[in-house]
Amino acid sequence: MPARLEATNDFVIKFANVNGSGSASANRLFARSFVRMGVPIASRNIFPSNIQGLPTWYEVRVTEAGHLGRRGGVDLMVAMNPQTWDKDVAEIEPGGYLFYDSTRVLPQSKFRPDINVVGMPLTAIVNERYSDPRQRQLFKNIIYVGALASLLGIEIAEVEKLVAEQFRGKDKLIPPNYEALHMGRDYAETHLEGAVGLKVRRADAVGDRIFLEGNDASGLGAVYGGATVCAWYPITPSTSLAEAFTKHCGRFRTDPDGKQRFAIIQAEDELASIGMVIGAAWNGARAFTATSGPGISLMQEFIGLAYFAEVPAVIFDVQRAGPSTGMPTRTQQCDILISAYASHGDTKHVLLFPEDPHECFEFAATAFDLADRLQTPVFVLLDLDIGMNEWLCEPLKWDDARRFDRGKVLTAAELEAGRDFGRYLDVDNDGIPYRTYPGAHPTRGSFFTRGTSRDRYARYTEEGPAYVDNMQRLLRKFETAKSLVPKPIRHDAENASRTGVIYFGSTAPAIREAMEALGSRGIDLDTLRVRAFPFSDDVIDFILSHDQVFVVEQNRDAQLKTLLINEGAIDPARLISVLHYDGTPITARFIIDEVSRRWALLHGAPRKEAAE
Amino acid sequence: MTYLTKPKLHHPKLPQNELGFTRRDYEGAVSTLCAGCGHDSISGAIIQACFELSLPPHRVAKLSGIGCSSKTPTYFLGASHGFNSVHGRMPSVLTGANLANRELIYMGVSGDGDSASIGLGQFAHCIRRGVNMVYIVENNGVYGLTKGQFSATADKGSKSKKGVGNQDSPIDMVSMAVLLGATFVARSFSGDKEQLVPLIKAAIEHRGAAFIDCISPCVAFNNHPDSTKSYDYVRAHNEAVNYLDVIEGRDEITLDQAPGTVELVRQHDGSYLKLRKLAAGYDPTSKIAAMNYLQERHEAGEIVTGLLYLDREAEDMHDRLGTVPTPLNALGEAELCPGSAALAKVNASLR
Ligand SMILES: Cc1ncc(C[n+]2csc(CCOP(=O)(O)OP(=O)(O)O)c2C)c(N)n1
Ligand code: SF4
Ligand SMILES: [Mg+2]
Repeated sequence: MPARLEATNDFVIKFANVNGSGSASANRLFARSFVRMGVPIASRNIFPSNIQGLPTWYEVRVTEAGHLGRRGGVDLMVAMNPQTWDKDVAEIEPGGYLFYDSTRVLPQSKFRPDINVVGMPLTAIVNERYSDPRQRQLFKNIIYVGALASLLGIEIAEVEKLVAEQFRGKDKLIPPNYEALHMGRDYAETHLEGAVGLKVRRADAVGDRIFLEGNDASGLGAVYGGATVCAWYPITPSTSLAEAFTKHCGRFRTDPDGKQRFAIIQAEDELASIGMVIGAAWNGARAFTATSGPGISLMQEFIGLAYFAEVPAVIFDVQRAGPSTGMPTRTQQCDILISAYASHGDTKHVLLFPEDPHECFEFAATAFDLADRLQTPVFVLLDLDIGMNEWLCEPLKWDDARRFDRGKVLTAAELEAGRDFGRYLDVDNDGIPYRTYPGAHPTRGSFFTRGTSRDRYARYTEEGPAYVDNMQRLLRKFETAKSLVPKPIRHDAENASRTGVIYFGSTAPAIREAMEALGSRGIDLDTLRVRAFPFSDDVIDFILSHDQVFVVEQNRDAQLKTLLINEGAIDPARLISVLHYDGTPITARFIIDEVSRRWALLHGAPRKEAAE
Repeated sequence: MTYLTKPKLHHPKLPQNELGFTRRDYEGAVSTLCAGCGHDSISGAIIQACFELSLPPHRVAKLSGIGCSSKTPTYFLGASHGFNSVHGRMPSVLTGANLANRELIYMGVSGDGDSASIGLGQFAHCIRRGVNMVYIVENNGVYGLTKGQFSATADKGSKSKKGVGNQDSPIDMVSMAVLLGATFVARSFSGDKEQLVPLIKAAIEHRGAAFIDCISPCVAFNNHPDSTKSYDYVRAHNEAVNYLDVIEGRDEITLDQAPGTVELVRQHDGSYLKLRKLAAGYDPTSKIAAMNYLQERHEAGEIVTGLLYLDREAEDMHDRLGTVPTPLNALGEAELCPGSAALAKVNASLR
């Protein structure tokens, strides 16, 4: 008899499915039923770009403790794809469980002696009840959800409520789904009682948190931030961001006569996308594009134009593993440097690093204010992990008193009043000049926008001093940006520490979990979550006030560390990289291992032994 | 090279248009192009057309790519906003600008290198989208700014100044524009203002994608005897199919030419174009006839000029998108931001 994993409200389930089999909505139903029982979950889609056998996986970490990073390892595998069987079976933790369709008898060699096998003749059950092939496929998924609910102790009433919500308006579909659900539950109750040692118990750990994808939240944030023009070219994992904007605009920005208070263009490529964004922003609309690494590569020349000519632009980069086509459906934080210094010549750009969908919404709206205020491109750097997975996060917030900050734009009245207008004149000593929108005034305020060098009155010049004057002002403007971008968030260990950790973006939940565990091992670390570039002084001060700082990131070349060293004039010896870049989301386990190993090298064994 | 402003010395007797502006009010900075460059004549034609139409100069936005041709927006309409973007990408910048404010007049100026080589894709797609604009290619068959390399519109067999022959097939932007769905397509010659000015006026008045391929000799690199884009060659082979008059008032249409040689073309908005026909039987409202004629005369070695295609039922990008009549850049929080109550509902649906 293999050992049996026993756990309550703390385990990992993974579904191995065939794409297009309707499993996605069934799995989502399954996952959300935990949330309804007050137990937090972290769910992730894994969908390789190689479509042979059409495999997709869906991983659910059930975590009353609220650890929303990926855990690693699988306690219960729901193996529904014969093509990936061997790999799926191999992934199960010793003592874990394999749930499979036992209609066809499999040889003993297909299993492992150290795991618990739970078979259910799903195909036989559906074939007996349904004759239509599509129904067979769809209800098979609902049947296994019913069976799993029974095995794990999910309250069936919660699943039923979710089904009813899902099919609201299509009420005919509710009873057949209930029937399938009950078929699964009844079978498991009769034949599989006690087969799985993983249990869920009602808790109160979710609060008012919501469950949504970062791309969806970003698209909605762009609506709230007043974006009216979106130009984009399809690329995983950013496509659903533009689609979300389309969906939310359809709902919130359509006049009663059907006219649209927005314009969305699927451009011919990323060059055209960013070109349209720049044209629209030059002409006074809030505009953005959504893309991923290869698109950023293509946009380089235009980004330099927007920087130098000082045209606002918002670019959402949902990062995926590069270089080149890399691993297009895997996550990384690998576009930090190409974004920070995009384009030829001396350039620097504003970057925002949201940690979850809640912050995606907030930063999306803020990005438009920053782009207008600073008259420059602003990058919102998501990654596939945040962008394409539903995360449990704080509800979205909006203050109705908030106004769009359109930045320094001279109105017709101000021009009429005879204000001196020099497009590149630093009137306020913050490096930010005033602009006018085309067509603003019949005789005043027109100017020529160009990528070539110009004087303070926008007149073409190749005079060295005028060029240097302009380039220095751009640096002053970037200095101003430091005080406008979101501040870093610091969290100090209970005991004073000489060692710090810097992290950003989707690494956040894994860090929080790792810090708890490391703290209990006597490794006390102060942490700082960097939320934007340019780095505010707080970031540099944090590094200078610690002897050593771990910089945790999801790329090979320590891109954030490079940027810190370069921009903060930091001694590289102070910074220790912890790098995870295999395309899977970083885990607390990885961070704990890496940090404790280096800690031991630096300080000897930790103060106390692991409590676990 | 630095910027030169023109002294604004208005002659009291300069003719004024309906807005009280003189032609000088439509000029820009002094050109820094080579003396005799065709591009300067096109700038002159644009100035003349805008003056004659009595356009408020600030309601025009002028956009360009990179090249000698793309520099010219500095030399006309000094009171308009201009945008000299990057090489070959004017169409996307113009498209974006148009999305933001559908009420301005968009004038895109480009070169044959800018539009037929590096920017061919953007040229094609902004035409397809029906962007309401005037798109002028100042076509000299070479890259003037980078000193005379062949462009993609250079004719097969034509020779460079250094005597090297072009082996590759030329891209005919006019045929492409017709194929791609431009709703106003013309070709003209920088040396023929009588034809060019009314064409620009009609293109401005046209609502939809208006494209003008204007042959514009480069005196520095492509005006020699073996060139097919020289002044002499174009004059000798110019086969004008028609000359236009733009009729602004909707009444008082008189046909003063011999019957059969003048045609009135009614446009979507009710205005008329008066066509003086030189090629009897050429029907610019038939796409297929236009395509056939263009290919046929091209085979015969002629350069067909005039209004070549007009779709009287043209629609533009905003019609297709269904955008509100108010320019998007004029919408504020009230029209754009759904507010906290709507957000509370969104939150509730995500639990
Ligand atoms: C990306 C890029 N590549 C190359 C150039 C160099 N360049 C400037 S203008 C030009 C060609 C311009 O030719 P055309 O559009 O025909 O304009 P013309 O000067 O003939 O009017 C080239 C290749 C550039 N500016 N940008
Ligand atoms: S090089 Fe040719 S295209 Fe350029 S300004 Fe001189 S004549 Fe005109
Ligand atoms: Mg040229």
